[in-house]
This record gives sequence, C-alpha cells and structure tokens, in this order.
Amino acid sequence: MSTLEIRGLKVSVETEQGSIEILKGVDLTIKSGETHAIMGPNGSGKSTLAYSIAGHPKYTITEGTVTLDGADVLEMTVDERAKAGLFLAMQYPVEVPGVSVSNFLRTAATALRGEAPKLREWVGEVKSAMESLKMDASFAQRNVNEGFSGGEKKRHEIMQLELLKPKFAILDETDSGLDVDALRIVSEGVVRAKAANNHGILLITHYTRILRYIKPDFVHVFANGRIVEEGGPELADKLEANGYAEYVTA
Amino acid sequence: MSSLQSNVLENHTPTGREEAWRFTPLKRLGGIHDGSATAVERNSLAINGSLPTGVTFSHQEIEAVTETDDVIVNRIRAFTSKGAVLSIAANAEIAEPIMLNRASFGTDSAEFSRVLIKAGNHSKSVVVIENSGDTHLAEDLEIVLEPGAHLTLIALQEWDSKTIHAARHHAIVDRDATFKSIVVTVGGDVVRLLPTVDFIAPGASCDLSGVYFATAGQFFEHRMFVDHKVPNAKSRVNYKGALAGDKAHTVWIGDVFIRAAAEGTDTYELNRNLLLSDGARADSVPNLEIETGEIVGAGHASTTGRFDDEQLFYLMSRGIAMDDARRLVVRGFFNEIVSEIGIDSIQERIMTRIDGELEKAGK
Repeated sequence: MSTLEIRGLKVSVETEQGSIEILKGVDLTIKSGETHAIMGPNGSGKSTLAYSIAGHPKYTITEGTVTLDGADVLEMTVDERAKAGLFLAMQYPVEVPGVSVSNFLRTAATALRGEAPKLREWVGEVKSAMESLKMDASFAQRNVNEGFSGGEKKRHEIMQLELLKPKFAILDETDSGLDVDALRIVSEGVVRAKAANNHGILLITHYTRILRYIKPDFVHVFANGRIVEEGGPELADKLEANGYAEYVTA
Repeated sequence: MSSLQSNVLENHTPTGREEAWRFTPLKRLGGIHDGSATAVERNSLAINGSLPTGVTFSHQEIEAVTETDDVIVNRIRAFTSKGAVLSIAANAEIAEPIMLNRASFGTDSAEFSRVLIKAGNHSKSVVVIENSGDTHLAEDLEIVLEPGAHLTLIALQEWDSKTIHAARHHAIVDRDATFKSIVVTVGGDVVRLLPTVDFIAPGASCDLSGVYFATAGQFFEHRMFVDHKVPNAKSRVNYKGALAGDKAHTVWIGDVFIRAAAEGTDTYELNRNLLLSDGARADSVPNLEIETGEIVGAGHASTTGRFDDEQLFYLMSRGIAMDDARRLVVRGFFNEIVSEIGIDSIQERIMTRIDGELEKAGK
C-alpha cells in the first residue's frame, strides 16, 4: 500500500509580467488502488498540478509538500520521481525525432527496473501491450510521437503505463482529442493496468465522459488553483448536469 | 562565366579576407594553403579487403578532370602527377561496399593526395573512405559519374585530435546519374571539406548529407557548392551538426547556383545545428542564386538551437537519467543521416564516437 500526499501546494510560473501563482494551496491524498478524478474548467490549474508533481522545470514550488510513502518528491529530479513510482500520461506527448518507440520503451524499462529486461520476455510484453491497445506492430519502429495522430499519442502513453507499472498514474486529459472508439480502447487500457498493478490514479479531465469507463472513487472540483469541492462519483453527475458555472463565478 | 561570389576561391594564397576563406583559421592549416607545408610524395589511400569483380584500384599517373580555382587543389596538382584511381566498370552492380582507408603518417609532413573515382555507365556502387589517426592531408578527390551511374560515397573523418585535413570532393555528374554523398566529421583539429557538384547533363541528381560534431577547440567546415547549369537536375543537401565546449566552431556553407539554362531545377538544402554548451559557435550560411524562374523548386533552411527541454522532460519522466536522455536526443538527431550509411558496424561505431564526444563535452 502506497500513499501519495500533497499538502498546501502552491506553484508559480515565471512570465514576462512577473511571477504568477497558479496553484494556491492544494491538499490531496491518494492511496494505492484509489481513483481520484480532478475536474475543473480550463485554466483552473489542473495540468499545472500534474506537471508540478512530475517535476517540470517550468513550475516553481513556492510552498507545500508532495510525498510518496513519506519520501520528499519535490527534492527528486524528474527521473528519480519516475523511479520512485510516479507516471504522468501527458496531454501533449512530446516528439523525439530519431528515437524509435522500441528503443525508447526499452531504455525507460531498463532505467526503471534497474536492469535491462530479458529480450525475449520484453518483446512479448511490448507485443501484448500493443495488441491490447490495438496498435499496429509497425508502431514500435516509428519515432517517438513523431507524426502520431492524437489517438496514437494517447495509446502510446497508456501503453507506457502498462509496461512501466508505476505506483501512481497521473492522467492529464487523456480523454482529450479522442473519438468514442479510441476513448474506449484507451480507458480499457487504464482499467487493465490498474487491475494488474493496483496503482493509484489521479485522473485530470474537463469532461465526464471518460468516467463512464474509469470509475472514480473520489471526485474533486478544481477551480482557481485549488480544490473547491469534494465528493464521491455522484459529484461528477452533478457537474455533468450543471457544469462549472457555480465554481467560477466569483 | 558568372559564378557565385561566395564560392570564388580566387586561386591565390588566401589572406582570410576572401569570402570563401573568412571563417577558416589559416594559421592552423599547417601551411597547406600557402606552400609552407612540408609536402611529401605519398598516397596513403588503400583498399581495405579484396576488390570485387568489376572494380580496379591503382596508384598511377593521373589527369585532372576539371579545373578549379581552389588554391589547395592547385598546389596538390602542381606537386604531384600521381594519384589513386578507383574504377567501377560500366554496368557493374557491386553488392558489397568498396572499402578504402587511409593510414596516418603523423603530423611532421603533409600528404598531398590526388584521387579519382570513376563510376562507369549504369554502374551501381557504394564506396567508403575511412580516415583515422593523426595526419596532415590535402586532398583533391574527383568523382566522375558516367550516364546512369549510381554512386554513394561515404567519407568518414574519424580523425584523432591533431589532424589537419583540407579536401575538395568534386563530383561531375552526367545524364541520369545519381550521386549520393555522406560525410561524417567527428575528429581532427581543423577539417575543411568542400563537397561540390557539377551537373553536366539533364536528369542528374545529387544528395549531399553529412553530420559533424565539434568539441572544444575543434574547427570543422563543410562548404557545398552545387552548380545547376543544365536543365532538370535535382539536388538535396542535408547536414546536421552538434557543438559542445569552448571554441568549438563549425561552418556550413550551402551554395547553390541555378544558372539561366537550368530550367526544371529542383533543389533544397538544410542545415541544423545543436549547440550543447556556451562558448561554441556554429556558422550556417545557405546561399541560393537563381538566374531562371522556370524551376520546380528551390529552397533552404538553417536552424541552430539548444536541447529541447520538453524532450528531455518527457524522457526523464519515464525514469531515464539526464545524461542518458541527452544521449538519446543527440543520437536521434543524427540518426536520420547516420542510418543512411546502411552499414550497421559503421553506424554503431559513429554513434559510439558521438556518445564519446558528448561525454567528453560534459554538461
């Protein structure tokens, strides 16, 4: 059983107009096997939360703590956070020209497992992950995210989730830009990975439609850089009906 | 006949004020350019392995195919009438790469070397020249492609740190012939390479690509000139370089001249540089001169940038450590061209050398 604990997290970004505070004190605790949905309007700071936990250099933590089983995540480099068990499925996965998916995945698995996976077993693992996400075998030879469609990028992210087996998965708008079929395939991948690894999930989304596939245990409404309301799955139904209007009119 | 101003080599001892010489550190050329080098009569180019059927190689009296205003080439020609000649017979299709290499003789004297590669009518071949060790080398390399010939020339500069190498690789490409050149420069003190192409009949094409990686103090210059003087020829240029360390300096010049007669020309040239540290300098000058508007296309692009933080973040967020992430990105950057070599052992050797250069440069 692992615990990811966020306490009083305040985060700023530097802009030409000076420093702007995006997160204004976030408290959140996620345990293994739990699925937490963070829902909120655009610009509320949801993605900033995701990237801050992962350690993106653009964001400056001004206050608060993030710990994973007591270890100080904020002191860790980006790769150390991944090694500690954090995984971020990105909304806009980055192209890495000239680096094949196959090489990338094996390098990542080697880094996370501390040794190169045995070739035969690894090939099987990748093959089955690709098949279950309905990805063509040629995918492995393509360059990372280069020329991928929106749907392919998201499948590739979830394939990594299945292969890299983190303790906590942060899914940043994984549903954005997906048609109904792709959303189902990607969501099933998330559910499958969770069934296999019992990781905690922080699911960031603007819409409720992904929650039909990935059932949240907790729903947190995010507005203006903090959590403004919390509840169970029924809160998502309320948001579906009423939208975010009541949280953003201030 | 008019010519591109920036490509006029003026055929006199350069002073450094000439456009074609202004980037080159003349004081570090070991006197190759001004006649003060101790030139010796030798030609170190040799066949590595056995000669396939249809290929001959010999050292013999040699005649220049083209005239040039390149002062170094003219000094070589004045010094020696002998050279190495590699001939690929007409219609020969050589399956395996023809491997040539140069032994290094140290840096007390300079080798003034002439080479002629002849690709016969409709022949098909890949020629690899492997350069390593420490030497001073002035090289006049002419490449003749007869009609319909396909030739890939891979020139590998894996020199040690004291080498001075000035070379002109001049290809004369006849009707429907295809010349492909891959240049790799990852070692040496000063390397100045002039891959130049002369299209002499319609339907000819060339593809000049290269990679270079300069670390502290190294100077690598690659200066193309593609002369479109006949109709319907096609040229592509793609060079990628990385620089790291104090006073690492690279120069890429891409001169393309589309003369009035060269209707139907299709040309594009690209140079990308990755600056991996402060104190390094990448000069990149694409230069396109067009005398006719009746062409298929003509373009160029040049970029110089640093590591992409988003790429590094993405890789590191998957547990890959900073140094490994940088290595992956640099390998990926060069892979597009290195993978064109098509010989696994050489590709891996170049990539390992690039890893080493990156490591040497530190962070």
